[in-house]
Amino acid sequence: MAVLFFGLLALGFYMHDLPLSPEKLQLYSWHKWAGVSAFLLVWLRLFWRVTHRPPALPTSMPKLLQLAAHAGHLMLYGLMIVIPLSGWLMSSAKGFQTVWFGVLPIPDLLEKNKEVGNLLQTVHMDLNLLFVAVIAGHIGAALKHHFIDQDDILKRMLPAHNTEK
Amino acid sequence: MKRLAIALAISSSLALPFAAHAVEYNQVQTDKSAINFTYKQMGVAVDGKFSRFSSQLNFDPAKPTAAKASFDVELASVDTGASEGDEEVAGKPWFNTKVFPTARFVSGSVKALGGNRYEVAGQLSIKGKTQDVVVPATFTAQGKSGVFDGSFTIRRADFSIGEGSWAKFDIVANDVLIKFRITAASK
Ligand code: HEM
Repeated sequence: MAVLFFGLLALGFYMHDLPLSPEKLQLYSWHKWAGVSAFLLVWLRLFWRVTHRPPALPTSMPKLLQLAAHAGHLMLYGLMIVIPLSGWLMSSAKGFQTVWFGVLPIPDLLEKNKEVGNLLQTVHMDLNLLFVAVIAGHIGAALKHHFIDQDDILKRMLPAHNTEK
Repeated sequence: MKRLAIALAISSSLALPFAAHAVEYNQVQTDKSAINFTYKQMGVAVDGKFSRFSSQLNFDPAKPTAAKASFDVELASVDTGASEGDEEVAGKPWFNTKVFPTARFVSGSVKALGGNRYEVAGQLSIKGKTQDVVVPATFTAQGKSGVFDGSFTIRRADFSIGEGSWAKFDIVANDVLIKFRITAASK
C-alpha cells in the first residue's frame, strides 16, 4: 500500500507538468483509477487498525514525543482519506467523471463548476505537499528510533517481527 | 342575417390563428442559443461548448421545405472543459484556428417528418474539408420566438481534427456529438 501511495504521488507530480498529449490523458486516468483504489484500501486498513490495536509506544519515550507520534499518525490516516476525496471532488467539479478502470462510473458528487474545480485542484496539491512533509517526518522519526535511540520501533513494523510475539 | 353574422364571426376567428401562423422566424438570438458538444475521453463522456457563433435563419412553419439556415462558429471560442484543452485544440493538429478560424454549416433541403420534427440536409465545413450531414431538429414556438433543438454526430477524422499523436481513437474517440439549441424571433 505504501508503494501505491508513493506511486500516486510520483505519478501525480510527474503528469501535472507534462504537456497535453494522449499519454498525459492516459496517465490522468490511471492516476484516478489507482487513487480510487487507494481510497478503498485505506478503509480496509483503517478497519484493521481499529480491530488490531498496535503495541503501545515504549515508555522510555517522553510524553510530548508520544503525543507528536500519535498526531503524526492521525495526520497520515486523515490525509490518506481526504487526498483521494479531494481528487474525486476535483474531477467532478471539472466535469471529468471518473470511471474506475474504464468500467465502473463513480458518481460525480459536484456540479460542473470551473472555479470550484480549480480551487479543489489547489487543495489536492496542497494536501499532497503536506502529505509528503508528514511522510518525510514519519520516515525520519522511524530512522531516528532505529539508529539513534536503537529501540525496536522500526523492526516491529515488519510482519516477521510481529509473528514472533 | 343574425345567423350569417355569427357564421362570419366564427369563421374569421378561426382564420385568425391561421393568419398568425404564417409567421417567419428569422432573427436569431445568440444569447438564447447554444452550441454544445460531447466527446469521449478514454470512454468517459466530457461536455464542451462554443461560446461565439452567428447564424442566419428563415423558417416559416407553414412552408418548412423553403427554410434556410447557416451557421458560422468561431472555433477559437471552444470550451473543452479544461483550459489546457482549449489551447490544445486551437492548435495545428486540431482546429488550426489561425488558418481555419470558423466552421460553417449551410443548409440544403429541409424535410418535414411530421409533428414538430424536421430533417435538415446540409454541408458542414471545418478545417478546409466539407462533408454532407443530415441534422434532425425539432421546432417549438414559444411566444414570439421559435426554438430549434437538435443533435447529430460527426466523426472528427472526417475533418482531420486531431492529427498526429491524436489520430488514434483510443484516448479521444472519433465520434463527437453536436447539440444545438437555436432561438429565433419573428420580425
Ligand atoms: C491517495 C491518493 C492520491 C494521491 C497520493 C494523489 C496525488 C496527486 C499528486 C501529487 C498530484 C499532483 C498535484 C499537482 O501538481 O497539481 C495529483 C494530481 C491529480 N490528481 Fe491525485 N492523488 C490521489 C488520488 C486522486 C484521485 C482519487 C483522483 C480522482 C478521482 C485524483 C485526481 C487527480 C487529478 C485530476 C490531478 C491533476 C491535477 C492537475 O494537475 O491538473 N487523484 N494527485
